[in-house]
Formats: sequence, structure tokens, C-alpha cells
Amino acid sequence: MRFRPAGPSALLVEVDSLPRVRALHARIEQERARGWAPGLVDVIAAARTVLLDGVTDQDALAGEIRSWSVPPHPEASGPVVEIACRYDGPDLGEVARQWGVPPDRVAAVHSELTHEVAFCGFAPGFPYIAGLGGGREVSRRDRPRAAVPAGSVALGDEYTGIYPRTSPGGWQIIGHTDAVMWDPARDPAALLRPGDRVRFVTVTP
Amino acid sequence: MSGDSPRVIRVRRAGALTTVQDCGRPGYAHLGVPRSGALDAPAHHLANRLVGNPPAAAVLETTLTGVALTAECDVIAAVTGAQAAVRIDGQPARLGVATELRRGQLLEVRSATSGVRSYLAFSGGLAVPRVLGSASADLLSGLGPARLADGDVLRLGLPDGPDGGDGCSLGEPPDVAAPARPGAASSGDGATGPVQLVIHPGPRFDWLAGSGLAALEDGQWTVSPDSNRVALRLAGQPVRRRRGELASEGLVSGAIQALPDGHLVLFLADHPTTGGYPVIAVVDPACLPACAQARPGSKISFRLAPGRT
Repeated sequence: MRFRPAGPSALLVEVDSLPRVRALHARIEQERARGWAPGLVDVIAAARTVLLDGVTDQDALAGEIRSWSVPPHPEASGPVVEIACRYDGPDLGEVARQWGVPPDRVAAVHSELTHEVAFCGFAPGFPYIAGLGGGREVSRRDRPRAAVPAGSVALGDEYTGIYPRTSPGGWQIIGHTDAVMWDPARDPAALLRPGDRVRFVTVTP
Repeated sequence: MSGDSPRVIRVRRAGALTTVQDCGRPGYAHLGVPRSGALDAPAHHLANRLVGNPPAAAVLETTLTGVALTAECDVIAAVTGAQAAVRIDGQPARLGVATELRRGQLLEVRSATSGVRSYLAFSGGLAVPRVLGSASADLLSGLGPARLADGDVLRLGLPDGPDGGDGCSLGEPPDVAAPARPGAASSGDGATGPVQLVIHPGPRFDWLAGSGLAALEDGQWTVSPDSNRVALRLAGQPVRRRRGELASEGLVSGAIQALPDGHLVLFLADHPTTGGYPVIAVVDPACLPACAQARPGSKISFRLAPGRT
């Protein structure tokens, strides 16, 4: 674990792997729920880092985190959210080629993996759903699309993403969902949040 | 005081970019929601205090070319921020003081002569629906109200019950008499020398080659015309940095990324929550108002904060 000050009032904690990020992030949120570091405004988990924004004493906070025993893998504890997915995306063939399976097997392979939201970013409510590690990582398209439709279920690196609204994007689209990923009028606004476990359920087009 | 007239103002000239802003949306970055909010926070707070609002109430933020509005009720208004001529029905009015606008009067903020952004507060605040606790227009993700257009009608809150913009932290209380504006004295057209920004090491300062952060102190940068509420883009002698890629990681306001070509991006309130270029330095929060008022073409220099490196 490495601690990198990010200006005068933020601390970037860097670890070696995504599972370690998820484990550390889970611990930070547990501690926050108990009133730890009340000045923290934002905690942003990412692929190899957790950013703590709103830190008054960087050394003291780093010392406390260093004293924790954080397991190398997270304990799956978040709620399970089902996402009904029509596996009819335009990049099914490309993903099948990368995985070395027939195109009609992509839905089964994807929906049988264990998925958990690692972090959100890119756009409000866009989840980076970890689950493709260990050999199912997917290379992005050589050329990003100018407009990926809202609800597209797409793969990039070790993540599945779901586009909350139409936006440019370079991930491989394998399907679509009608789930509303982001609704500011709803509480919570984001359907999927860091720590949530996701079960993709195949629906026929 | 305003009788039965509706508590609204009408937009006569929206200007280049005028948006509603308050303290933004802290605490939602983990969902991918930018912080947003007024770029020049001391000017935002001061405008509100002048008209008797809580400092966090929603105001208008203009960009370079000002705005013109008609009051359709009696209202107290104040203009702060950039240096710009203010007119009420064509008569000169003062910046930074509370002024009574009578029903039907035209309030004009003309083009900024120094700085970029003016803040217009109205007694009662702007009654704009909040999204995730904030009335701010977030131009990166499209949250909050649309930018102003000619002919828009804006509702005001009640003077005795201002729409206070709760749920946001103001940090240090602003000093009304002398708001903290490091660097602001020279934030205008560059004629008085570069705007000097105090910087701290960023999490990836070790990606800099050669003399590292010290090299930033020796250079001078120019604010590019494609700068906006998301970021100041800074052109200058390219910084020498390590090649390679970094997994995306969380960003703070004031973060300075070094792009592969050596140019710099300095993130402001509407910045994305994560980014993949190395953050080599972070601007001291006290200097962010000066960044908000740095005009395209103006010069920027950096000074490393004393203390830890």
C-alpha cells in the first residue's frame, strides 16, 4: 500500500490489484459509517487506487489506514442487483472471437461470471462492474463509437459497463438492458453503486 | 415590498455563457458526479452576503460578456467577481455593493475588462429545482438547469426565506471586506504580469523527468481559448514526463495533469471524477478563484508551496 498526497487536503492510496482496492474501499466505508474521518467529502475508488478528498492530516490518516488489516480480497457483502440483459449487441462476434467461444455462448459465459461494482465514473451512474478478471478481459474497439445508446451493456478490460445515457464509447457492446441506471429524481440516483453484486439475467429479444 | 408582482427576473441578453451556480454537489463523486458549483467561490459568497442571502444561495455566473436582465419585481441585487461595467437603466452602478432594482429596471453587466466571471445575487436567491441537493448547472454531465437563453424567466425565492442551497460545505468563511484572492490582483489581461498559482505536489509528481516539480517554477504558461468550467488548458514549454499509461484514478479540483505531449490541464469545478493522465501537481484551493478569473491568453506561473514535497 502506498500513500500519495494529492495536494494539501487529499490522499491517494495505491494498491496492487482491483480486489485489494475493493477490500480497502469496503473497509473505508465501514469505518466512515462508524464516524471515522468525518471531514472526508468524497471517497473515489478506481482501478488501483482509492482517493480520499477532505483530509486534514494526511500523515495521521495514512498511519491509521496502514494499521488496519485489510484482506487481499473483499468479502462480498453488497446487495445483489439483477440486470435483465438482451444479449444482442453488435460486438458479440468480436467478444466471442477474443474469448474463443461461439457467439451463441457469450451470453452464458458472461451471465455465469461473478460480477461486482468496483467503482463508478465516466458519467453519473456509469458502473465499472468487475468480473472479467482471470482470462475474460476484453480489448476495446480500435475506433470508439460516436454514440453508444443508453442501456448498452458493454465490455472493456476487466469490466462490464452499462451506459446511463447515450454517449461516445469504445467498449464492446454485447447487449442492452431497459434498467434505468441513473435518475436524479430517484433516491438513490444510481441503480448500481460500488460494492453492489450484479447478476445478469438473460432475456430473449 | 414588491406587492403582487411575480418574483421573477427576465433574461434580455444571456451572454456567452451564463449559468445558475451554488456550492455544487460534494459527496457524489463516487457515483461519477462532478463537484460543480461557482468557480469563484469567494465572489459567489460575497454577492449573497451583500443582498442578505445565506452565502450558499444560488446565483448567476457569467462568462466574459456579461448578461442583461429585467427585474419584474423590486429586488436587491449585487454583482461581484470580474471587473465589468454595471448599468441600471443605462446609468452606471457599482460592483460589489447591494443595489435596489425597481420593478421594470434593466440590470446590465457588460463585458469583463479584467477577469472572466461575474456573480449576480438577488435577494431571496434563485428558486431553481435542485438536483442532488444543488441548483448548479454542471456542463460536463448535464446535471442541473440549462444555461440561460434570451427570454428565459427565472423565479426568485422569498427574501425572508432564501433558497439557501443547504448541504454544501463553505469551508473558510469569506471575509466580506477583503475576500481572500491570492493572485487575483494580476488575474486580468496579463499586462501586470503572470497570475502566480501556489501548487502542491500531486500524487504523480514522480512522473516528471529532469528537475521534477522545480521545472514548473521556471516556466510560464498561457491560458488556451478552449478553457472552460471543466478545465484551464495551459500551453507552454512542454513538461518532460515519463512515457506510459496509468489506470484512471480519482481527481481533485485544482489537479494539474501532464498530457503525453507535455501540455497541462488544470481541473476546475466541472471536472470529471476520474482521469488517466498523471496528476503532477495540485493548485492550492486558495488560488482556485484566480484560476476562475484567468482569461484566455493570460499568463500563468507556478510557485511551489513551502513545506513537504
